[in-house]
Amino acid sequence: MAHDTPREQKPGIYGWLDYRIPLQPAQNLLYDFPAPRNLNYWWNFGSIAGICLVVQILTGILLTMHYNPSAAGAFNSVEHIMRDVNYGWLLRYMHAVGASMFFTVVFIHIFRGLYYGSYKAPRELLWWLGVIILILMMATAFMGYVLPWGQMSFWGATVITNLFSAFPIVGEPIVTWLWGGFSVDNPTLNRFFALHYLLPFAIVGVVLLHLIALHTHGSNNPTGIDVKGPKDRIPFHPYYTVKDFFGFGVFFIVFAAFIFFAPNYLGHADNYIEANPLVTPSHIVPEWYFLPFYAILRAFVFNIPFWALGLPVLAYAGWLKLKAIRSGEFTFGNIIDAMTTFKCAGDNAVGRIQKVMFAGGAGAVLVLIGLIGFVIEAKLAGVLAMFGALIILFFLPWLDTSKVRSGNYRPLFRWFFWLFVLNALMLGWLGSKPAEGIYVVFSLIGTAYYFGYFLVILPLLGKYEKPLKLPESISVAVTKGSH
Amino acid sequence: MSADHSVPDGERRDFIILTAQAMGALGAAAVAWPFVDSLNPSADVLAMASTEVDISAIAEGQEIKVMWRGKPVFIRHRTAADIEASKAVPLSELRDPQTDDARVQKGKEQWLIMVGVCTHLGCVPLGNMAGEYKGWFCPCHGSHYDTAGRIRKGPAPTNLLVPQYVFTSDTNVRIG
Repeated sequence: MAHDTPREQKPGIYGWLDYRIPLQPAQNLLYDFPAPRNLNYWWNFGSIAGICLVVQILTGILLTMHYNPSAAGAFNSVEHIMRDVNYGWLLRYMHAVGASMFFTVVFIHIFRGLYYGSYKAPRELLWWLGVIILILMMATAFMGYVLPWGQMSFWGATVITNLFSAFPIVGEPIVTWLWGGFSVDNPTLNRFFALHYLLPFAIVGVVLLHLIALHTHGSNNPTGIDVKGPKDRIPFHPYYTVKDFFGFGVFFIVFAAFIFFAPNYLGHADNYIEANPLVTPSHIVPEWYFLPFYAILRAFVFNIPFWALGLPVLAYAGWLKLKAIRSGEFTFGNIIDAMTTFKCAGDNAVGRIQKVMFAGGAGAVLVLIGLIGFVIEAKLAGVLAMFGALIILFFLPWLDTSKVRSGNYRPLFRWFFWLFVLNALMLGWLGSKPAEGIYVVFSLIGTAYYFGYFLVILPLLGKYEKPLKLPESISVAVTKGSH
Repeated sequence: MSADHSVPDGERRDFIILTAQAMGALGAAAVAWPFVDSLNPSADVLAMASTEVDISAIAEGQEIKVMWRGKPVFIRHRTAADIEASKAVPLSELRDPQTDDARVQKGKEQWLIMVGVCTHLGCVPLGNMAGEYKGWFCPCHGSHYDTAGRIRKGPAPTNLLVPQYVFTSDTNVRIG
């Protein structure tokens, strides 16, 4: 940015540099900004996720220097790293355990955001960037797991890439394109390696955007109310830098405990057998951090007729219509207006009737298609639900209709939230079980609650829940009750 | 002052800008295709698309696995009981209705040749009369196939794929 007034060069090396390339923005991004004074330990997990990314990139780059990305050499080169390379075992265990740690930390970070309503205005974009980071992380982790070319690598890659074959017509060509052949093979391994190296740097880019968006409106806080003045704030440095470093210390103790005492606890023994395209291991499971999504994928063992999708839409249309009739908006004149206005009329009587007609029409079409006999095949339904479980997070800021951010002041929400956490854990456990019998039934129930939480519970809670009284300000909230 | 956009020149400028943008977009699309297509199977992968197998040593009731296009292919020498069991199933019971005849070649009904890849998510099913229908069973997500490799139970949508193949002699078969 050009300045009208010439900038002054300040003394010292910092001044010399800052005169030529501004250093202040970088400082602002990392530690030099005011923060709410009441952040609790749940707010440590953002910075811990940052340190995880740094650990993964450093160990990853060093591992690359000894790894051989070919179907013939990959497995042996990983063993070479484990046995011959100086501290190769440490680098590899740090990288493998680090991935699990990274996901643990990020999941806690996300649940923190869910509980304290950190996704609500004006932080929707901040939330979106976070969801994008999560999706990039999942892609990166999945491709990284393929690189050792063990049995789980190979068959995990086969199963997950085959998900795309569920899409009608374009499915098979997409799978062949992903593989670069007719099965998972050398070309697949090579491209996964290239992308596994590339994507972390894309994550770094999105993390920077995440930080810029964070600092535009500042951190949310346990009360969920906005910072109103200097009494609500403290400088990030030294107060939260110290707290973050303390968090790093605790985190690294846990991390080290896994690396040195249980490095393979979170992995699968099958991955120490070299990939064999002729034999599938008897029990394929993904890494633990994918298990809830895997359970959702496998919950659908039956075809879904279209009318089953149309009925809830029709019910929704009926509910809207009932509301319109009650408020006296459902008049003949308004209906004619709604039908002859060829654009969204917006938030008024005519617009609401348009909504009734639109939802009713869409529901009716779905039911009719269903009655002709069209279904979504079980396989496609599972794939759509699994991807939908991630995509729905983008809509969360609008699905949660409550004006109150923090769960601390939402007595009903809290119950549903903790049930959501338990449900996610249950889905994770079910994902590790064989897809049969009672496990499938529970997976389906868990899937229903997962989507119900976002699509039904959150929209309705905002309308019917009576929140507790919010404190006047953050400083009042934290000094209340003290001597 | 900036340029005066009210002169007739403005229209010509819009046209030039639009044309330039359209050419740019076309150029970008033309370059994008080679990039995308470079990820499709390469010539050497396509060249290895057929395989020849000697089947003289496979006894009745036995099955072997061979590699074709990086995937296993099951070659099963079916018993008369296998074939009968398969023929006895009414088509209405099948998710992906196909007669036994449609799964094999005429006069060679004892030879069942299929790609050994579960049509659900690509695992290799277990053979040798595994599963509830004495055919194949996929351990990944629990799909059961019968003695003609047809899907009977579980999440897989279709029967095991029968590849193109010809008997080049009584003892040899070329797959692909």
